[in-house]
Amino acid sequence: MGSTSSTLLKIPNAEVLMQETGFSPAHIIRLHDRFKALDKEGRGYLCPQDFGAIKELAMNPIGDRIIGAFFSPGKETVDFSTFVKILAHFRPVDKDRPKEPNSPEPINSRSNKLKFAFQLYDQDKDGKISRDELLKVLRAMLGMQVTEEQLESIADRTIQEADLDRDEAISFEEFRKSLEKVNIDHKMSIRFLR
Amino acid sequence: MELKMFLLVSGLLVGSLVALGGASGSPAKGCKDNKPPVIEKDCHEPAKNRTDKKENETVKKSFPVLSLDYENVRLPFEISLWVLMASLMKLGFHLMPRLSSIVPESCLLIVVGLLVGGLIKLVGEVPPVLESKIFFFYLLPPIILDAGYFLPIRQFTENLGTILMFAVVGTLWNAFFVGGLLYGVCQLQSANLGDVNLLSCLLFGSILSAVDPVAVLAVFEEIHINELLHILVFGESLLNDAVTVVLYHLFEEFSNANTITATDVFLGVVCFLVVSLGGIVVGAIYGILAAFTSRFTSHTRVIEPLFVFVYSYMAYLSAEVFHLSGIMALIACGAVMRPYVEANISHKSHTTIKYFLKMWSSVSDTLIFIFLGVSTVAGPHEWNWIFVGATLFFCLVARVLGVIGLTFVINKFRIVKLTSKDQFIIAYGGLRGAIAFSLVYLLSCDHFPRKNMFLTAIITVIFFTVFVQGMTIRPLVDLLAVKKKQETKRSINEEIHTQFLDHLLTGIEDICGHYGHHHWKDKLNRFNKKYVKKCLIAGERSKEPQLIAFYHKMEMKQAIELVESGGGSKLPSAMPSTVSMQNIQPKRSSQERALPQLSKAREEEIRKILRTNLQKTRQRLYSYNRHTLIADPYEDGWNEMLIRRKKMKDLEKKMNNYLTVPAPPSDSPSVARARLTSDPQVRGLKSATKNIPSIKVDFASPQNPESFSVEDEFRQKGSQPKESKEDDGGLTMKVPSPEKQKKDKTPDEEPQQRLMRCLSDPGPAAEEEDEDDPFLP
Repeated sequence: MGSTSSTLLKIPNAEVLMQETGFSPAHIIRLHDRFKALDKEGRGYLCPQDFGAIKELAMNPIGDRIIGAFFSPGKETVDFSTFVKILAHFRPVDKDRPKEPNSPEPINSRSNKLKFAFQLYDQDKDGKISRDELLKVLRAMLGMQVTEEQLESIADRTIQEADLDRDEAISFEEFRKSLEKVNIDHKMSIRFLR
Repeated sequence: MELKMFLLVSGLLVGSLVALGGASGSPAKGCKDNKPPVIEKDCHEPAKNRTDKKENETVKKSFPVLSLDYENVRLPFEISLWVLMASLMKLGFHLMPRLSSIVPESCLLIVVGLLVGGLIKLVGEVPPVLESKIFFFYLLPPIILDAGYFLPIRQFTENLGTILMFAVVGTLWNAFFVGGLLYGVCQLQSANLGDVNLLSCLLFGSILSAVDPVAVLAVFEEIHINELLHILVFGESLLNDAVTVVLYHLFEEFSNANTITATDVFLGVVCFLVVSLGGIVVGAIYGILAAFTSRFTSHTRVIEPLFVFVYSYMAYLSAEVFHLSGIMALIACGAVMRPYVEANISHKSHTTIKYFLKMWSSVSDTLIFIFLGVSTVAGPHEWNWIFVGATLFFCLVARVLGVIGLTFVINKFRIVKLTSKDQFIIAYGGLRGAIAFSLVYLLSCDHFPRKNMFLTAIITVIFFTVFVQGMTIRPLVDLLAVKKKQETKRSINEEIHTQFLDHLLTGIEDICGHYGHHHWKDKLNRFNKKYVKKCLIAGERSKEPQLIAFYHKMEMKQAIELVESGGGSKLPSAMPSTVSMQNIQPKRSSQERALPQLSKAREEEIRKILRTNLQKTRQRLYSYNRHTLIADPYEDGWNEMLIRRKKMKDLEKKMNNYLTVPAPPSDSPSVARARLTSDPQVRGLKSATKNIPSIKVDFASPQNPESFSVEDEFRQKGSQPKESKEDDGGLTMKVPSPEKQKKDKTPDEEPQQRLMRCLSDPGPAAEEEDEDDPFLP
């Protein structure tokens, strides 16, 4: 534990981060190492090109969206604390955490996980997934293998299924409802971040 | 009333069975029992009980008009009689709903077996015993294949670590705990068990420790618990076969040797790895062979199911040749071949496979339990209170301790932890069954002088677990409010979002630099898509993304439901969009896309030409061939079809109101293509009006089935496909080769045959949801 505490001191705001995200010191250190590895020029922050350098991410159909999620609107850089906070969404849920009445919902709660995923769909941030946004996602995922008509019909069908208030778009609540049978806690957690 | 008739018939049947069993006198295999086979003379006695009275006529020495020659058909006759009786029993239970809701079927069957065995014994004959060879080679494989083919891969792989822990470590723990403690008990002076050595005890323990898939399936299927628990217990019961096989052979070998060295233990571990991995590899090889074979079966659809069954059975037998784990081979074979075979075979074959597997496994399962009952009555028993009691006690204790201990360790690695309720169900679901019985039966008398005692003990344990645990698990599940299985099907939303989340998680894992579960799954999927699918799936379906396949299936189901709900009733809110079920048009290369578009008028012209020309060629199709299943147009289905036609007309009217695309002639080509291929009702309607037999024609025609479906389209609206033959150059319409129409066949053929089927037959217990799972969901 001695080495961890000394390394921990080098990381700015480590205590605050651990408090907010619920990561253990070991995790913070691991993430910091990863951050430094990505930040090849040692600037202390990451820019989109650094993310782009991860080659598996380039093959990912929604890779650019994921990268975009790290950057808050308007900002061009990601510092360590933002990096950690985003990744905190994927921490497995602590089932036996005592529910303090006044504390804010933890970042890795089911609701927040879903919100994060929702934001990836909803690029223009109007709180709804419109047909076009859905089409874009489908196009990205299914790529070259299907015709436009098929994509459109799938998109229509999807919206039809989920859209309860008939506004031709999927709101967050509808999104959440359509995923109620999926075990989000399991699906959106990475074991590494425990 | 039904019940009484049924009882009468079954009574007669049982009576004849008893009589025949007596007449033939199959020898029992008890250690000390050497009864000689019954002599021929007895054949005539039970004849009097039989309903056939004709041979009681006066015996003149003239030409025998009617003679009795039972010995000729004895074996098949008896087997059929047993199977028939088993099936009638099954029928009977479901006629008594109250009884079958309290008592699980397996218990009832064992009781029936006991009764039949008792009857046979009363008659004075020796009841047949469940021979191990018959069990392992004929009765067990169908059940395991059924389980393996329909294994929910997604849940299985997600929980694989847990399942393996339970299967391997849990079984080892059980074996040694029970074996060791039993040896301790045997050492007690009062027990009179001094001659049971350590190795025998350990062997017995290892046989006893394995949770039995047959029993688990039989009980768990009725209680509908949530999928996680189901797959945990069931997966464990399947995978522990490897452990059991290794331990069994190990201890059997050692019981000859009498000394164990460290190398032996090491070899044992190596043996375990070889047995399990070898079994899986053998299974996978046969699975791939089956998938590859199915790629070429488009011309001989009738024998497609045969390949699935035979390859799987061969996998099982091949594994048994090398003493590898046959069960694991069978599971691996079924699981590996399924996604590819299903993409290749026709819908009818798919249904056939499903039905046959369910039917065989059901019959096997019934027979196993009945024979278990009969063998209990038959087999020589040696009751030893202490031994039997100790066995039972240790068995239960070992299970509970094992589960608790393992869960404690496992929960450290699981994302979704196992609660104590889960643990209880897992422990309680550890049922023993016929496999254990057969293994004990296989023991040789020389090395194991107390074999009868082992038999008695194991039968007691089996009875206890099946009866007590089997009966009480259902009320306990309700009492503890364990989550039940969710019956609803996946929606397209779930499917899309799940895939999206998969990509998301893979991306996050890449960002973290962590090669986790998603990373490998993604890699495997890519590999599968790039290389494997191309080899094993015929034609264009190899390029079909999972999502599209899922979507098509869903649309299909909805279309069926629409028709089933009949014309005139309300339309569901989510209409199957007409553009949905079109051909896959893989955009193969950018070159094709760059060609200029044809004008619509020209296209229409071409289509008309094709339509008229091709209609003429259609007449050639219906040549007689034994391998085709061309239906007689004047069959019974005629009336049904008329009704259906009317329904479809009504439906079409309604659907036309909702169509978002304009009427066919002015459609853009792809949409027109889409429309006509999409609406099964519409197509069915048109084909009904024009040519009745075509509805029922199976695609086992000697012609290329795909070409037939193409013609089907042409008949109604005429579309693009064969253009290039007529009109080369300048055509942009990609010509889906006849192979490509394969995809078309599915929407075309399915609903029509399904319509027939749906009206009469709800099908076996729905495993529908599992079929929707893509390769690696």
